[in-house]
Amino acid sequence: MFDVAIIGAGVVGGMIARELAAYDLKICILEKENDVAMGATKANSAIVHAGFDAKCGSLKARLNVEGSKKMAQVASELGVKYQNNGSLVIGFDEADREALQELLERGNQNGVEGLRLLEQEEVLAMEPNLSSAVTCALYAPTGAIICPYELTVAAIGNAMDNGAELKRNFKVTAIGQEDDHYILFSSMDSVRARYIVNAAGVYSDQIAALAGDESFKITPRRGEYILLDKECGGLVKNTIFRTPSAKGKGILVSPTVDGNLLTGPTAVNIEDKTDKTTTAEGLAQVMKEAIENVPSIPYGKSITSFCGLRAAGDTGDFIINSPRPGFINAAGIESPGLSASPAIARMVKDLLAEQGLELNEKTNYNPLRPAMHHFRETSLEEKNAIIQKDPAYGQIICRCEGITEGEIRAAIRTEPKPMDLDGIKRRTRAQMGRCQGGFCSPLILKILAEELHLPIEKITKSGGASRMIAKAIKED
Amino acid sequence: MTDLVIIGGGPAGMSAALAAYEQGIRDILILERDSSLGGILQQCIHNGFGLHKFGEELTGPEYAWRYEEKVRALNIPCKLNTMVLDISDQKVITATNREDGIFQIRARAIILAMGCRERPRGALNIAGARPAGIFSAGTAQKLINMEGYLPGKEVVILGSGDIGLIMARRMTLEGAKVHAVCELMPYSGGLARNIQQCLHDFEIPLKLSHTVVEIHGRERLEGVTIAKVGGDRRPIPGTEEHIPCDTLLLSVGLIPENEISKSAGIDLDPITGGAVVDQDRQTSCQGIFACGNVLHVHDLVDYVSDEAELAGKSAAAYLQGASAPACSISLKTGNLVRYTVPQVITEKKPVTVYFRVADVRRKVQVQVWSKDRLLYSKKKASVAPGEMEALALSAEILDDVTALTISIKEEQA
Ligand SMILES: Cc1cc2nc3c(=O)[nH]c(=O)nc-3n(C[C@H](O)[C@H](O)[C@H](O)COP(=O)(O)OP(=O)(O)OC[C@H]3O[C@@H](n4cnc5c(N)ncnc54)[C@H](O)[C@@H]3O)c2cc1C
Repeated sequence: MFDVAIIGAGVVGGMIARELAAYDLKICILEKENDVAMGATKANSAIVHAGFDAKCGSLKARLNVEGSKKMAQVASELGVKYQNNGSLVIGFDEADREALQELLERGNQNGVEGLRLLEQEEVLAMEPNLSSAVTCALYAPTGAIICPYELTVAAIGNAMDNGAELKRNFKVTAIGQEDDHYILFSSMDSVRARYIVNAAGVYSDQIAALAGDESFKITPRRGEYILLDKECGGLVKNTIFRTPSAKGKGILVSPTVDGNLLTGPTAVNIEDKTDKTTTAEGLAQVMKEAIENVPSIPYGKSITSFCGLRAAGDTGDFIINSPRPGFINAAGIESPGLSASPAIARMVKDLLAEQGLELNEKTNYNPLRPAMHHFRETSLEEKNAIIQKDPAYGQIICRCEGITEGEIRAAIRTEPKPMDLDGIKRRTRAQMGRCQGGFCSPLILKILAEELHLPIEKITKSGGASRMIAKAIKED
Repeated sequence: MTDLVIIGGGPAGMSAALAAYEQGIRDILILERDSSLGGILQQCIHNGFGLHKFGEELTGPEYAWRYEEKVRALNIPCKLNTMVLDISDQKVITATNREDGIFQIRARAIILAMGCRERPRGALNIAGARPAGIFSAGTAQKLINMEGYLPGKEVVILGSGDIGLIMARRMTLEGAKVHAVCELMPYSGGLARNIQQCLHDFEIPLKLSHTVVEIHGRERLEGVTIAKVGGDRRPIPGTEEHIPCDTLLLSVGLIPENEISKSAGIDLDPITGGAVVDQDRQTSCQGIFACGNVLHVHDLVDYVSDEAELAGKSAAAYLQGASAPACSISLKTGNLVRYTVPQVITEKKPVTVYFRVADVRRKVQVQVWSKDRLLYSKKKASVAPGEMEALALSAEILDDVTALTISIKEEQA
């Protein structure tokens, strides 16, 4: 019997698990996919928003500002890359200037620190590659960037180090009740828990409905991106947003913590919660609008495109409540959900306490997790000391990102363990560089098969039927 | 300090090493990231290599072995499983392997011979899902020929360059069904003999002026939508066709692998993606030379070997104190010419200029101009982007010029 079952291993479920792992509780995270961070958390803008965007007084506004203030510390405890690069919302005309003035006032009310309106000269001095048609900008020095799946892997890993359990390929399909607890069913398995947290992202309305709460609906809203080679990462330093208008928030241009350039997202409501396809129109729109902001983006240097689904609720705000005893929703967590995640976790913990969950601090709780990218950033001498102990660190597997066999094997042995090629990619960046795994994926296939004691034919790209190999043809 | 460090132990690196040795250089070191010499040829188990160089048809590994044998016989030192991470403009090479850890070597001369890599899907931005089952053709070749695994059974190939063609046949021989080879351009970029032997002989349809516009399937690939493209190479609405398949191989171009050349500050040619070199294959950094596919993508390995011999000889001459550049004549691209190698000439001696054209043409004249003076002209039955052209220039032509323009005169559009 678990004290708390968290449905969904995205950044929200992950941060909640880590928050609760500080207490004497039996916690499990149930995830329908083969890995953590497979929903919105793996495909978003990766921005820790300053918090000037959301309506004053909303949960989004409050939790965004609280979360973004906590993020630097969370990242440093979890050994996750975080960069306080600043945000600029750029304007091109008088209407934009008025909108930016409004944003500035809203931000001030929300408690965002250091907001300033800049004139053309100052904007272009800060970001010389912006379109020269820019006339003004709102500058948010607290804006930051992070790697959302790295954060989630680390949060869940840290929760697991502190005793939490992760059950993958566990898709909750029914929720029952017995005496003082719930039973969560998948097609093959079941789990008992006294409390449930619904952090199922775009599916959170379906999970709520399983528990009898039909008060809200989640519509997936597609966001498409194009990611560019590291050569282009230096084109802008700040995250560049367009002034929001009736047409939406527009396409942003941002460096990533790994040094690439990210452009996107589009915003189109769709029906199918499983549809993560990119579209020719969407990708064309990303390119067109990004170039209006930063004309010199070289799209010939694109390395991949992808699509994420926002969990857009019909209430206009995050849905964090308790519709029935012992059941907590952390639903409709669209943007700025990543930024707000540390604060959402805090709020969910408080709601659980209100519902009677006893919170006794663990004596041996460890909030720290070693950085997975430690090897890459250490000094030459230290690297050589590591290689001497384990020669696998001397062998480069991913030539584009410079990732060694040692780092890949270490990742496979660290909770939450990657079980497929994409899992390795999200933990080590191997296969994420300019050749997109052309060189290293056959090598990683072999390492993964060896570590997992599986034949290569059984290794998948990302779980389910995503096998990489049809059959073995050599006879030995 | 090492006299000559060669980065890459493929055909280019080995030929260069042998040529330098022949000129008397003894302190040579080859650095190779793979566990054996031979480079990409190791996985090219089909034949067709060596016709020009040896007058017989060899497989890739056989061709490579001819060089490896000599490298071994001469005891030229190689460090295998060794990845070069960085080259400084002072010719300090940083590399890593299991035994030595991360180490540095100072070289008096360097030859770049790192080969090329394939363009990935991302560079094309094909819309749709991101399932398993999409491979670059070279990755699929490695899986089949080196690892012994068939990646899939129902195949579509995008790109009709030689690797795409070879893989169409290879997959077929392994029991897979290749439904189509799609080519964006109205002509194939592959060699004519490969089109015959790899597609026609197996009745595999070659769809010219076609591209993949959408990818379907959530977990494993379930199909692709292809469409015809117009003169602007954009898909023509209404021509879409769905092909069920579990595998898509991409053979959409090769990119010289020059990341570490950039770290040395070597000037690159934006068209070839390789270094800018002179007639001796010396780059903009004195004492650093380049040859093979890292310099520009070649059609035949035989030409790679020729070029590498030249680079090896030049590096030896440099180490033995050859004289400084005598002149600087830049080679410019005129009508229809995409690039030339070399891009600059620094000595007035006979030189062969290699170049590629941008489009297929029949009945043309290859011309060399100095400003508005026509210095040379020669008829050619046809030119095509898939075939590298060679043009021998005499020393006389180089007299009194500061720049030469190579261009194609079209007699018939
Ligand atoms: C295009 C886009 C851009 C964004 N940009 C930003 C940004 O820049 N900054 C920011 O702060 N926020 C941003 N966001 C929002 C942020 O990404 C999300 O708020 C956050 O990732 C939500 O995390 P989550 O854990 O709630 O959802 P998810 O990451 O979707 O996780 C939900 C998990 O639940 C699992 N699950 C679902 N159903 C079941 C079931 N029945 N049984 C078991 N498991 C189940 C899913 O598989 C998934 O792993 C963006 C979102 C999108 C889509």
